[in-house]
Amino acid sequence: MVIRELIAGFFVCTGFFFFFTATVGLLRLPDFYSRLHATGKGDTLAVLFSLIGLAVYEGFSLTSVKIVLIAVFMFLAQPTATHAISRAAFRCNVKPLTTPGGPNR
Amino acid sequence: MNTFFLIMGIGMCLLVMLCLFRVIYGPTILNRAAGISAVGTKTLIILLIIGVVHRRVEMFVDISMVYALLNFIGCLVLAKYLERTGEV
Repeated sequence: MVIRELIAGFFVCTGFFFFFTATVGLLRLPDFYSRLHATGKGDTLAVLFSLIGLAVYEGFSLTSVKIVLIAVFMFLAQPTATHAISRAAFRCNVKPLTTPGGPNR
Repeated sequence: MNTFFLIMGIGMCLLVMLCLFRVIYGPTILNRAAGISAVGTKTLIILLIIGVVHRRVEMFVDISMVYALLNFIGCLVLAKYLERTGEV
């Protein structure tokens, strides 16, 4: 029982760390594409870690199977949404930042 | 263990507050869309943590699943709409 709680706590803490780095990237990076790069990958990994931790804490039941299903869905959906937003930005002629000190978009 | 999950939930609420900065002050509407997507992802985990703290995960897991679906579809619809209008 204690070992299971330790594993769950480790996974949830790792997920929280990746959420923190994704948020810092969303706030501090200078360009729209770099912001999307930070949130797109960081949030996917953080959601996977947090959901696996919660499923381990719950034990083997129908609820944990549903949590794993949410994890699989997010693993497919989050990169798709990020790609859709970045493609919309590319077709709207949002230029990536190539020189330092350019316009903040 | 209950206190640990409570602390994690409060920390994620603070991260949502930080993401709302990008939603409010974002230069273009695409930045706001990225911020909204990040907020929705964090809300999914917050809902599950609320369920664990109150020992009712079997109820909150369905709400969380529906929230994940709505977040994905909303993000996709917004991206398609902005792509078709052609303006930022």
